[in-house]
Order: sequence, then C-alpha cells, then structure tokens
Amino acid sequence: MNTQIEISVKINGKQYSAAAEPRLLLSDFLRHELGLTGTHVGCEHGVCGACTVLLNGEAVRSCLMFAVQADGQDLLTVEGLAAANGDLHPLQAAFREAHALQCGFCTPGFLMSLLPFLQDKPDASEEEIRAALSGNLCRCTGYQNIVKAVKMLLEESNSDPA
Amino acid sequence: MATRYFGKPIKRNEDPRLLKGQALFVDDVNLPDMLHVAFVRSDYAHAKIKSIDVSAAREREGVVAVYTAEDLGDYWQPGPLLVPPPPIAGLTFNQKTQVPLAKDRLKHVGEPIAVIVAASRYIAEDAAEDVIVDVEPLEAVADLESALSDEAPVIHEDLDSNLSAHVVQEKGNYAKIRAQADVLIKRRIFYDHGIAAAMENRGIVAHWNAKEQHLKIWDTTQAPIPIQNGLAAMLGLSESQVQVVAPFIGGGFGPKIMMFYPEEVLIPWISMQLQRPVKWIEDRRENFFATTHERSQIHDSEIALTRDGKVLGVQDVFLHDAGAYAPYGLTVPINSQCTLLGPYDVPNYYSEFKAVFTNKTIVTPYRGAGRQHGVFVMERLLDLAAKQLGIDRVEIRRRNYLTPDQFPHDHEIVYQDFAPLVYDSGNYQPALERAAEMIGFHDFIKNDQPAARTAGRHLGIGIVSYVEGTGIGPYEGARIKVDASGKVNVATGIGTQGQGHFTSFAQIVADQLGVTVDNVRVVTGDTCEFHWGTGTFASRGAVVAGNAIHAAAVGVRKKILKHASEHLEAAEADLVLDNGAVHVKGVPQKSVSLGELARISNPLRGAVKPGMEPGLESTDYFGPERGTTASGVHAMIVEVDPDAMMVEIKRFVVVHDCGKVINPMILEGQIHGGVAQGIGNSFYEELVYDEGGQLLNASLMDYLLPTATDVPHIETDHIETPSPLNPLGVKGAGEAGAIPVGALFAQAIEDALSDYDLEILEIPLSPNRLFELVHMQAATKQES
Repeated sequence: MNTQIEISVKINGKQYSAAAEPRLLLSDFLRHELGLTGTHVGCEHGVCGACTVLLNGEAVRSCLMFAVQADGQDLLTVEGLAAANGDLHPLQAAFREAHALQCGFCTPGFLMSLLPFLQDKPDASEEEIRAALSGNLCRCTGYQNIVKAVKMLLEESNSDPA
Repeated sequence: MATRYFGKPIKRNEDPRLLKGQALFVDDVNLPDMLHVAFVRSDYAHAKIKSIDVSAAREREGVVAVYTAEDLGDYWQPGPLLVPPPPIAGLTFNQKTQVPLAKDRLKHVGEPIAVIVAASRYIAEDAAEDVIVDVEPLEAVADLESALSDEAPVIHEDLDSNLSAHVVQEKGNYAKIRAQADVLIKRRIFYDHGIAAAMENRGIVAHWNAKEQHLKIWDTTQAPIPIQNGLAAMLGLSESQVQVVAPFIGGGFGPKIMMFYPEEVLIPWISMQLQRPVKWIEDRRENFFATTHERSQIHDSEIALTRDGKVLGVQDVFLHDAGAYAPYGLTVPINSQCTLLGPYDVPNYYSEFKAVFTNKTIVTPYRGAGRQHGVFVMERLLDLAAKQLGIDRVEIRRRNYLTPDQFPHDHEIVYQDFAPLVYDSGNYQPALERAAEMIGFHDFIKNDQPAARTAGRHLGIGIVSYVEGTGIGPYEGARIKVDASGKVNVATGIGTQGQGHFTSFAQIVADQLGVTVDNVRVVTGDTCEFHWGTGTFASRGAVVAGNAIHAAAVGVRKKILKHASEHLEAAEADLVLDNGAVHVKGVPQKSVSLGELARISNPLRGAVKPGMEPGLESTDYFGPERGTTASGVHAMIVEVDPDAMMVEIKRFVVVHDCGKVINPMILEGQIHGGVAQGIGNSFYEELVYDEGGQLLNASLMDYLLPTATDVPHIETDHIETPSPLNPLGVKGAGEAGAIPVGALFAQAIEDALSDYDLEILEIPLSPNRLFELVHMQAATKQES
C-alpha cells in the first residue's frame, strides 16, 4: 500500500521527479506534491472538468488518472499558459475581455479543455463551441460569456493576416 | 465629481490571477507539518447510536487522532441560532441546531459521527473505513406532508412533534374579501429547489501557532467575521487572536454562509489540541449530504379576483421542509411568504406556514432563498386567472402592478430582516412592456405560434414578473488608505465568491479619489484587514458594502483636499483630483501626487496638528434601515417535442431593474449565472430521496447541472429606478436571475402544450415528469 514509485514527468516544459504512491491521483500529485495548485478539483469523479490538464497535448481529467500513469509523459497545466513575462495567453486574455469567469474555480479546466479544441476547430460554429464546452461545468457564468470569449478569439485569429 | 468608472463595463482586476492559476483558494493552503481530516458520517437518516468503535482506526499507521462526541467534552455544544425568528406576533419556533458530532441519535444521512486526523487524506479515509458504528435504525421522516401526522416518528425527542415553526402573517381581511370575489381559484402547488453545487466544495484549514498564541483559519465561508468572533468565543480566545481568511471562494450561492458547520467548529479545535496545522476539504459526495440544501414547500393557495382580473386577495398555507435542524431560523419560508406578493397590489393577504423537521440535510438559503417558491405560486395563480377570465397574460400583470405613485409601499407584514416589508421604489410596467417587445410577445401569439402549430410544432411563450428584496442590513464597513506609493488600499469585511468585488468596489473608490481602477487594491474577507461586518448574502454586497466603501472614500477625499489645500496653498474648492494627483484648477504646474500627500500627512518628524489625523485614511460604515427592492421580468420561447418531451429554449429575455448599475458587464454576468441556475432548478436538478431518507443521486453523474448546451443565449436589458435608501442608488442583483425561472418554464411549457390542456403546478420538471403529467391528464379526461 505504501510503496512509493519514483516517477519523472515533464510539466509546463520543466522536468519533475518525485515519489508517488500508486494510488495517488494525478490531480493530488500536481496540487499537493508539486504545488501546482492552479489545477482545481471539483468532483473527483470526472464530471465537472475543473481538473482538466493536457497530457501529450490531449485534454484529460487529472482526477481520473493516477500520477504513476503520467510517468515519462508531457503535461501542460494552467500555470504553463501565460508567457514567461506574465502576459496572458490569447485564450486567457479573451476570457478576461469577455468576462468569461466569475469565481474562477472552474476556469483552469475550461482553458485546458479549449486549447486542443481551438487547434482542431479553428472555424468552429457556436453549436460546436457549446458542445465542446459541455464537458466542463460552470455554476457562475451560465456559459454565455465563455462562448463569447471563444468566438471573439476565433474571429480575431481568423481575421489575423498572419 | 467625474464618474469615469461608475456605470462602465470595466474589466476585472482579479482576473489575471484567476486565469493564471495563481489565486489562492482554501485547498491551495499547504503548511509544513499539516495534518489531514476525513469524517465518518451517518449512513442512516434516522437511527440510535448503540456504540462507536474507533480502536482499529486509532491503530492504523499514519493516524494521529480520532475524535467522537465523547472526546469533545465541554466543547460539544449545539451550534448557535444564526437567525432568531423575526418579531411576528403569535409565532411558534422550536429551536434546534446542529451538533459538532452526533452523540446518541443520527438525524440525517451525512451527519458527522467521528473525525479522523492523519498524515494524509488518503490514510484518513482508510481509517474512516475502520470505524465501526453500531446503530439501531429508526423509521425516517422523509415525507414533508406526513411529518406532522400523529403516526410520524418524532426526530427531536424533547418535542411533541416535528413542528419547527408556525407563522401567520396577515394584511387586510382575506376571509371577508373572498365572499365578494367574482372568481376564486384554488390549487395545491409544489416547489422544490435543489442544491447550490458550487464548483468548489467547502474546506477549512486551521493553524494554531502556540508560540504566537494565534489561530489562523482559511475557510470557504461567505461570512469570515462572524466565524472569527464565534470561534473565539467557543475556543476561549480573544477575537484578536483569531484570524479568519476567506480567500478566493469558488462560488458561494448561500450555503457557504451557513454557520457554524460542524467542520468549522472542529478543525480549529483539533489544531489547538494537536498543535499542528489541520486541513479538511469536502469531497463532492460529502457536499451532497453535509452542505446545506434548500428543497421543497407544498402550498395550498387561493386567489380572489374581480371579473376584470384585479386581484382582491391571496390566501396561502404552506409546509416548508427545514431538514433535521434549523440554525438559519425562518429566513427561507419568510422570504417565500413575503416575495409571493411580488410587484403586485394585493390588498388582502393571509399567509400561514409550518416549517417541519425531516430526517434530511439542513435547509438554509440558496440563491433566491425561498423567493422562487413564493413567486411560483403567485405567477401560477395569475396565469390560471388569466386563462379562466380570458385575459392576456401580459395584461393581467399590467392590471395588478403597483404603480410608481404607490412607493414607498408598505405590505404590512414583516420581512426576513425584521423590518416591515416596505418596497422603497419601483417602476414595473416599463420592464414588462420592454420584455414583451423584445421577445415579440403578441406577434408570437398572433403569428409564429399558430404557424408553427400548423406545421406540427409545439412552440410556447411565457412572461413572468418578480421582485427581490435585496441589500438588507445590519451594516458593512470599509477602511480606505492611500499608500505612499500613491496606490489605494480598500479593506472590507465581506467575502467574495466571484461577484467582481475587486473591480466594482475599486470603481467606486477610483471615481472619488481620481485614480485608475487598477491602482485600487481591494482586500475582502480577511479579519486582520477589517474586522467589522456580517457577510456576503441576500444580494447585499454592492448595496451595503458598496455604500460603506463610498462613504469611506468620501472621507479620504476630504482628508486629501485638506492636506493638499495646505500644501498647495489653494482653496479646497479650487482643487481637482485626477490622475493620482491633486491639481489647482487653471494652474497646471501646481500639483501634488497622492503618494506625496500620503507621506506629508504621515511625517517622521514635526507634528500632526490638533484636529488632524495622520495619513490619508478613513473608515466608515453603512447600515440601511431596511432592504431595497429590485425587480424584473423574464420572458421565454420554448419548443416542446411532445414525443420525447424535450424542451428547447428558443429565446430568453431578461429586463431587470436593480437601480444604478456600477458595472454592467458584471451585472449581466450575475443575471446569466442566475438564469442558468434557474434553468437547472426548473428542468434538470432534483434531489431524489427514497422513503428511508436516502438521497439516491448524490453525484454530479446523477444530479444534473446544466451544461453549455442546456443554457441558451440570454438577451438582457435594464431599467434604472434608483433606490432612495442609499447614496449610490443601487439595489442588489445577485439572486434575480434565478428567482422567476420556474414560473416561466411552467407557463411557457403549458402554452406550448396547450392541446393537452395541462396545468403545471410543480417544479422541477423533466421530460419524464412532463410525459407523466400529459398522460395523467389524458387519463383524467377519459374518465370524466
């Protein structure tokens, strides 16, 4: 039960090595072992999506994974989004611009779920955006301004001549 | 004074931290040597405890301590009555409050029995499984209606029955007017409101530092100051030895103002016992049982009208489910009782309720706080009257609104804040007309609906009104100080759960002091920063704390002008505050920055003159004599698929009046979120209990919160009727979005299914329930 397994994982471009019990959830490992508390835990049964992180570029729920399963993998958490100088990532900036967050607890999960979606669907319709958001729960915003933020960002990047 | 910020959609100061994952939430607090807690909770709704065996748990490696009620000694006390009953003649109130750990009897599923303290949460949960609780199960009181029957088991042994409270409030003489009415409509109406389900569960970290003799607590509370003062009293500490911090809170919506939760009482005590930091974070399953609910009422209601649809009076007798204990007093049922009257002129009103103990989780306010129930009753009665009298649904509301010349309007009953229910101001008809126009009410009924019906589609429309008593006392306060850097610090006692206080409060201050919003740093919910106040509830942050902050900012402005006048050798009347400095009108080279003035006013040598105080600082308070009444109208078009009974919202319109608006962007966000919760309440969320008092759907897999595909685009507009009760003219807005949505669903779905001649007298609905209702109605018709 108390066997510790050494794992090594790359998170936000930085290599971390630490010991973890096999039963330790990835969400708890990130938050409590590594101090990366930007990833939030809302339900621990994979419904709310607050704990979403990117595993090798794909959105996963860190509460449904064990830390040992992340051994040797590449993770991105909300802490890895902003630029090194502190500037917000365009998706973060769009969230602020559109007032897409209130209490902000679910926000990291929404951001991480949206990143791969925006890459895959740069011309998503509102219906597709809403479907993509439907795996994350927010109790404050009614989702309207989250949809608005995504639309704003897509319009901006589509009109960007670069 | 230039109002450059008040009324503007200023982007939020708090967002960068939240977006980068850098904001502090309670579960982010991690201290050296910290211990972790798990609770052993009741699996039974009602049972006698025969024995508790914690020996195996104590022996488990990594377990530091295990406590049961026995181990608490004198610290074991029932919690305080948070809200005593209001001064209403003849009321009965049987006071029963929750206990820290169950001693002899278990009164609801999830009631804490034992606490495990261990090196990690994982070990604590393992050890919780080791505890053996031997019980004698008792018949549970799970049904609201039969709870008061003679056969029902009595939950609190020293009471004769499960009656928690009995209240009658009356205005005019309903019995008399009833005899003169042309039309009487009587129905039994059921309204169930679910759980807040904030995305962040509750949590508490306590750190007793013996060397400093200081207890620091991080708590997901909406009311840090009462928690500080209450815990100090319970633990025998001075209030200044206890610091409570409510950092960023991941949604509140009401249940986080309940106090004192058993965990809030226990975790600080354990930290003092063990002399180590202790953390407990609720998990989602616990949240379903251990965080308060709102739940149901059953109303027997009658409305009396004239032939032309004018309301003569209403009689409403209802049962209210209080849960196992009632620490929050009568707030929820009193809100139902008072808010039923809505924006209408109801000259005669008889309202009687019985609050009932059941073997279920405690009921305390959740966004709307009983107002939904009252609004649903009145709106349904009006809809039934409109149908029976052949009056248009917009028209019957128009005919019964209080008119602008009727304010202030005294409803002659007592509100939840103990003050008479007096509406300060209101102008209801413009919102109704605007909402009807925005959604195209009459055009829809004349053209769109019949056309759709011809095409075999079932479209329906609804339009409902509501009021919301907001901004109640007793008071809030704030301290504002200009730093030597020129930045402005604002400290206020209320906690923040996403309402944008860091921005809207900064806007108020920025306008007074001539600085930019991002130079105003707001601190909320840290008792070391400010220790007077009550909390964030009842849509009162902007009204009560907002006006306190305004008053304190005016005080700082006066000091700035006084010092600057001396320093610049100019009359105060000639000074202008702008761009972080004080300027002399017309003499641009004569100015002094606020930072420089802050230094001058707080000298290291020389003298602070008599009559002057050091620094550019001011503390002030605001206490309204009573609440201020916001109002609004919601309208919606739905399409119902009569085979699957799925309801699609085609359009949703909100026209809202909360007086002067500080930040329209934030206000609209509040409305969107409220409506989403209203939609959840109306069509998705239901706490399903069995007859044994077991909650059957305690997970987010089974208790359905609306997602982005369930909540439509919400169109909003505003009417501004400023409140005369506060200098900023603001009214609260936090709960308005949620309040009338149940009534709207019932009306719009009924309209869409008009072929089926349905009467929808209950919330929540669901496809299953609609299917049942339609088939029950068909069966009734066949029989007759």
